[in-house]
Amino acid sequence: MTGSKKGLWLTTALLAPTTLWFLVMLILPLVVVVIFSFGDRAPTGGYAAAFTFDQYANLASRLKAFTNTLTYAPLGTLMTLLVAYPLAYYLAVKVDERWKLLLLVLVIVPFWTSLLIRTYAWIFILGGRGIPSLLAMIGFEDVRLINTSGAVLVGMIYGYLPLMVFPIFVSLEKLDKRLLEASSDLGGSPFRTFIQVTLPLSMPGMVTGCMLVFILLMGEFLIPAFLGGGKIFFIGNALVDLFLQSRNWPFGSALAVTLVIIMLVMVTLYMRLTTGSKTERDQSVM
Amino acid sequence: MYQISNIPHGSTYVSTLKDPSLVADIEFKDVTKLYGDVRAVDGMSLTIERGSFFSFLGPSGCGKTTSLRLIAGFEHPTQGGVFIGGKSVIGVPPHKRPVNMVFQHYALFPHMTVAENIGYGLRQRTPRPSKPEMARQIDEMLEMVQMSGFRSRRVWEMSGGQQQRVALARALINRPTVLLLDEPLAALDRKLRRDMQIELQTLQRDVGITFILVTHDQEEALSMSDRICIMRDGKIAQSGSPQDLYDRPVNRYVADFVGKTNFISGNVSRVNGTAVSIISERGQEFSANPSAGTQPFNVGGHANIAVRPELIVIGASTASTEDMHTDVALKGRIKNQIFLGEHTEYLVATDGIGDVLVLSPKHMEHSNGGFAPGDTVTIGWKNERALALVD
Repeated sequence: MTGSKKGLWLTTALLAPTTLWFLVMLILPLVVVVIFSFGDRAPTGGYAAAFTFDQYANLASRLKAFTNTLTYAPLGTLMTLLVAYPLAYYLAVKVDERWKLLLLVLVIVPFWTSLLIRTYAWIFILGGRGIPSLLAMIGFEDVRLINTSGAVLVGMIYGYLPLMVFPIFVSLEKLDKRLLEASSDLGGSPFRTFIQVTLPLSMPGMVTGCMLVFILLMGEFLIPAFLGGGKIFFIGNALVDLFLQSRNWPFGSALAVTLVIIMLVMVTLYMRLTTGSKTERDQSVM
Repeated sequence: MYQISNIPHGSTYVSTLKDPSLVADIEFKDVTKLYGDVRAVDGMSLTIERGSFFSFLGPSGCGKTTSLRLIAGFEHPTQGGVFIGGKSVIGVPPHKRPVNMVFQHYALFPHMTVAENIGYGLRQRTPRPSKPEMARQIDEMLEMVQMSGFRSRRVWEMSGGQQQRVALARALINRPTVLLLDEPLAALDRKLRRDMQIELQTLQRDVGITFILVTHDQEEALSMSDRICIMRDGKIAQSGSPQDLYDRPVNRYVADFVGKTNFISGNVSRVNGTAVSIISERGQEFSANPSAGTQPFNVGGHANIAVRPELIVIGASTASTEDMHTDVALKGRIKNQIFLGEHTEYLVATDGIGDVLVLSPKHMEHSNGGFAPGDTVTIGWKNERALALVD
């Protein structure tokens, strides 16, 4: 009896700091944001206590931010996946053991500096004195790269590539190579073996990678602001604008709450779709 | 030229030899496989007859698995030729070879059900068989390996023995001309292994195709195979029927690998047509028949005399060669005794040749009354039943 009591006490003690942290740093701000979203903007900006649905009724005025976010985040995730998969495959399957670690480190190295600085670098690369000036030298004048949707996508793929590469790399590397031999032995061509064995068995990595990248892209504001030239606005940019510039906290809160709800719905649907059959999860446990 | 056809009733998986003149199913012609500097397979030539149960036997690293992988197409010879059904398969990728493999640890697809695993080979065909046709063949296979209730099971929900059966069905559904088995029973417990050995043997007779087994377990190879190839350092040490290998090993390595044997080593003192004599380290002279096929013995050279435990007679300490009807009589003391039912196994410590293993049949135990550890005894054998062997 004393033993289990002691165990309970210990469990509580060990969980307390985490619980406290989550309550103060996550739940509390979220509650505040939810409360704010039902309030009014004070005349000088900030929050004035009220209970109104006005802010939510006004969401349609920011429709463009929603449609942009909901277009670019999935598109960016998909394109990151398309770029990351061959890279992860090469690293996990093709590359010589000796170089593997070095190349993996090279994938992470960009993460050692902030996204802000790296995105600035892209402004230069895509800007007038970057690639377009090189293209001008070979006769392609007036190519515009910066401040386009393409620039935003390039920035997104670049920024989040490692987050996609690593989970896929892990699932490909732990893939039992004998399964590929078995497929080949049973008459599967290399292409069919890839489609029927490699791809489905690397699904857990793809699911994890897509989830990480998608969630971060939904909240992105830096890349569209820098590389989209203010023309491509995400919800994140709207939030920055509302909280810092126009100081309309209640409307910003309503926007934030809506974003959280959209993400919860989408991630839940995504999980249902990808792990609905329970297979992938069971496998990753194996 | 050769196909396996379905017979509608009963056991439907029976092979038909359309061209009986083609007997060689697999042929190695002077095959060498190098991994860097390592000669995994070293100038090997061999023929595996159609419809036989053939085993590659040897310790790990002897090249037996490489040989199997050369047939499957996962490895390509550095030199020499590999032929399947008389055709060279150099440059033919695994998915285009008429052979199938049961992998060590089975390599079943974890993201597929039992039925999907078994049907995998059918789905790779062009044109792909119809759904009902595939289902029919899968059911037939499940029935053959006695797994009918397991159609939609996941592979990890099954025991090792069940996975083994699925792996067999997955390979056999493709009607291969040759089935390759890479240590297929190594992961099973002893009892199950015995059962599966018998089942594999029965299956091989039923389907009539060539089975090629790789194993390090001499008992497994002896009990299942028609022919065994014992390998050593990438070369064939000896190839033959289990009886050949047991009764007429060509050297000490083979005799040691197949069954239990007592060895007396020493230098050759005399050689004539039917007998070789050696002087043991303790100075005693022993004679034996030279093993057929072995290299000639030279006087003064090193050689071994091998005596199988069941060829040794055990008698009371006072017994002489005349009493025991043997040519040799050695005094010894029983160190250990193991009762094996039909036989009793004694470990006898002798002065001249160290510890000797003796297998004494039950009727002998009745006539001599049996012995216990610590008893002083005499052991002996007939020279003509002992074998002189090179190393």
